[in-house]
Amino acid sequence: MAEAIVIIGAGPAGVRAARTLAKAGHRPVLIDENMRVGGQIYRQPPPGAERAPDALYGFEAAKAVAIHRALDGLDIDYRPETLVWNAREKVLDLTGPRGSERLAFDRLIQATGATDRSIPFPGWTLPGVFSLGGSQIALKAQGCAIGRRVVFAGTGPLLPLVAYQYAKAGAQVAAVLDTSSFATKLKAAPGLLVLPKLFAKGLYYLAQLKRRGIPVIEGVDGFALEGAAKPEAITWRRGTETGRIECDAVGAGFGLRSETQLADLLGCAFAFDDLTRQWLPTKDAEGRASEQHLYLAGDGSGIAGADAAELAGERVAWTLLGDIGQAVDGTRIAILDRGLARIARFRRAIEAAYPFPHRLHAAIPDTQIVCRCEGVTAGHLKFQVEQREASEMNRLKAYSRLGMGRCQGRMCASAGAELLSHWRDVEVGTVGRLRGQAPVKPVPVA
Amino acid sequence: MTGQFVRLAERTSAEIRFTIDGTPATARAGDTVLTAILLNRPSLGATEFTPHDRAGFCLMGACQACWVYDADGARRRGCSTLVEPGMALFTKWVPSHG
Repeated sequence: MAEAIVIIGAGPAGVRAARTLAKAGHRPVLIDENMRVGGQIYRQPPPGAERAPDALYGFEAAKAVAIHRALDGLDIDYRPETLVWNAREKVLDLTGPRGSERLAFDRLIQATGATDRSIPFPGWTLPGVFSLGGSQIALKAQGCAIGRRVVFAGTGPLLPLVAYQYAKAGAQVAAVLDTSSFATKLKAAPGLLVLPKLFAKGLYYLAQLKRRGIPVIEGVDGFALEGAAKPEAITWRRGTETGRIECDAVGAGFGLRSETQLADLLGCAFAFDDLTRQWLPTKDAEGRASEQHLYLAGDGSGIAGADAAELAGERVAWTLLGDIGQAVDGTRIAILDRGLARIARFRRAIEAAYPFPHRLHAAIPDTQIVCRCEGVTAGHLKFQVEQREASEMNRLKAYSRLGMGRCQGRMCASAGAELLSHWRDVEVGTVGRLRGQAPVKPVPVA
Repeated sequence: MTGQFVRLAERTSAEIRFTIDGTPATARAGDTVLTAILLNRPSLGATEFTPHDRAGFCLMGACQACWVYDADGARRRGCSTLVEPGMALFTKWVPSHG
């Protein structure tokens, strides 16, 4: 009997995995929440909002189009707009256009991707503040700017890229505020030269911002929004220096965080990654999770970017094929592994160039809302830690409701853990992580 | 009322007429419900737990801050639902629905 293979996520990793398996004679089920394949980075606009690939994806247009077409003519059980809301052992619970159903599988590839990592700052719950990735989606998939005068703030390689894309599309970009300093980036430059083309692109985006006269302020120690009902200005500080920039919208993000809830429900082992300060499902060099019928690829099991996701998606497909006794292409696997090793070295340099600025959490005021869903403040959290001795994330959740709202901690758990570790003066890796809960996202019950 | 979003890329797709809390508005085919509302309004309405309005945040189905309601009172996630002709969207749930 043929193996029942399921892939979750139709971004670059999931698509490459599906293609490799289909070409090897399988008919995998490919489940994705989006309307079209591409994931977030190569997201395709919905019908009616299409534009030329060059306008949407810039330098990456050829790669994006290749992913969009990679499944053409292949026999794949593709299920768009479908959510996997629960998973255990060898069963998934789905909800989508076909209604709700239970899907059994023999082997599962998780290519669940990532979302922005947030750090709360005064005003971040105002309408007009969006995540950096969300700001990019507004432009890419909808052809819209998030406001009339936009500031981009945070850190990470996405920050100069999205600012550049906005400026190029005709939006007014008032400033870019980066928590990583010029000196920090300069120190990381030799490592970034592992992939000279990617390094050159980063420099190009910055040069284009400067050419357009857009202030890029590096090494910022914090920022806050002015405005009671909507953003009116952003104030920033760097040491003793301060500044104020008028704006009506902010795109903010501090790197990415992996979507790991399903891996957790499936019982995968996790380990804390000191470099990115995140808990990640463990995987071996060939992409196997701790559970031998489960595989991991792409940003959902550690941020490495779209190019790595493509390589890893194909790589785990070969691993899976080998595991079920099919012939594998050793030459191709060696090429994929070399590519992944090179990107891993580059990623370490990226993390060094744009370190997650956990120092910002120490300055979060007690009145600051940390949980966007339910308005839980830092002061409320601090009370649970100092007066009720919450020393671990799940206890903090039980006491405070942090992570219990609709987003299930996707927007706040990182900040909650950083705050908890700061107040208790312990390493963030020792305060635990929120347990996954089904449904991993709200589902209709009608 | 001024919208929060600004359309930069000209859209030639069909005009779509819909309503927001009973007020007629227009959008274009290919707009999400979130885009359609934020091109017309500064927000998606009140929040439950903060003093100010909300306008969505992640735009990729993770934060759940862009829920609105249709004429039947059914919840629609604004960032992943396309606007359709004749849609009656409500920024808060009204008991008379459904």
